[in-house]
Amino acid sequence: MSIQLSQVFAIAPHHRFQWEEAQECFVILFPEGMVKLNQGAGEILSLVNGQHSVQQIIDALKAKFPGADDIDGDILAMLELALSKGWLSEVAQ
Amino acid sequence: MSKTASLGRSEVQKEIAMNNGVAQSVTRTQPLWLLAEVTYRCPLHCAFCYNPTDYDKHTQNELTTEQWINALREARKLGALQLGISGGEPLLRDDIEEIVVEAKKLGYYSNLITSGVGLTEKRIQAFKEGGLDHIQLSMHDITEEINNFITNTRTFELKKKVAAMIKSHGYPMVLNVVIHRYNIGHVKEILEMAEALGADYVELANTQYYGWSLINRSQLMPTMEQLQAAEKVTNEFREKHGNKMKIFFVVPDYYAERPKKCMNGWGEVFMIVTANGDVLPCHSARVLPNMQFPNVKGDSLSYAWSESDAFNKYRGDAWMKDPCRTCDEKEKDLGGCRCQAFMLTGDAEIADPVCTKSPYRHLIVEAIEEAKNPVIASQPIIFRNDKNSRALMEGEFADRVKPFHALP
Repeated sequence: MSIQLSQVFAIAPHHRFQWEEAQECFVILFPEGMVKLNQGAGEILSLVNGQHSVQQIIDALKAKFPGADDIDGDILAMLELALSKGWLSEVAQ
Repeated sequence: MSKTASLGRSEVQKEIAMNNGVAQSVTRTQPLWLLAEVTYRCPLHCAFCYNPTDYDKHTQNELTTEQWINALREARKLGALQLGISGGEPLLRDDIEEIVVEAKKLGYYSNLITSGVGLTEKRIQAFKEGGLDHIQLSMHDITEEINNFITNTRTFELKKKVAAMIKSHGYPMVLNVVIHRYNIGHVKEILEMAEALGADYVELANTQYYGWSLINRSQLMPTMEQLQAAEKVTNEFREKHGNKMKIFFVVPDYYAERPKKCMNGWGEVFMIVTANGDVLPCHSARVLPNMQFPNVKGDSLSYAWSESDAFNKYRGDAWMKDPCRTCDEKEKDLGGCRCQAFMLTGDAEIADPVCTKSPYRHLIVEAIEEAKNPVIASQPIIFRNDKNSRALMEGEFADRVKPFHALP
């Protein structure tokens, strides 16, 4: 599935995304499992809130990390992976 | 921002410190999962229960609500994230609502593991409001006969009712079905039932032989052919129905070539607090000889996890003997299960006999053959109940316990 820049996503029902002090990382929690996210994935998912479009997320991350060039592909790949894992659900516009 | 697509996995950090030339493992691990076995009392009497057969001695000295809440706080500080509230049947305690509220406050992802007996509209509503994240319901079969037989109770209709209740409160439907000889031929129908109930996750958990299931091993174990047929049916179901409903098929280790990485490693990610407060690295660790386990009534969870002899004893691989010590696959399974190794061979530090490299593999082969022997297999099931628990502690059913090196 290819993600469109206009799409809006939220963390999927029954999943929880939170910062973990003891592990110093973001995690995704769901029934019977959890995944620790690396810093990049955590930055991206912390902007997924059911309101920002994919384009807005990319713009926000570019503004936050001005030195990083050509991160669009990485962000899209991360969101596609998260979607395929069932961590995200699309919000109807 | 590169490599964002390769996600961080749940990995256990470990460090080997050199101490006078002797490699010593220093734990940098954190408990990620806390299993609270809040009571061993249970209205069901399942033949395959993994609880200790001597559970009856832990039914009068359960932790108080305050002690549980304190344990939750300490474990959270150590890093625990996933909380399983289990038993026995946890709903036999009337303070699960309070425990759930505290779990939410602390930031756990909490899971009630239940038979459904005792789950009422009032209680599930309190759980929802209190912030319980999900409920895992045990199901046994599509037929009333097998459900009632294997649990030794009349609970078939109730389970269907509870499943609907869980769904109607917006909870993910997580079904756990323990698979054994009596229901393995119904896997297709079980999956169809799960789908009809709207299940999101189904765990087909082939019986592992601990506790009550070990003394009933010959009565419960399916054949290799039955297992293969069940796996085939499961794969066909997945192909036909997609993965909207996630199905986990847990392979039984007796029919595998290599042992399971038990608990993902001793003292690596799991911590269990039992009804009476013992702190264990795995469900059945108390069968091991010469071990003293910490107890929350006198020890902190931080001490239990990091410093206690019990949690350090089988951490890492320094304790291993051959063939594990020199095995190039040792990191994959860490030698398997210490409890299974001890129960079947009498040596807790030897390779799990499930491994085909183990000199004791013949014990597994014999157990599989015994389960096929109609005379042995037709011995009555010893159901999990208080009376049988006391009888086992008093030395009854000796012939069923004799093959093992401790009371299962």
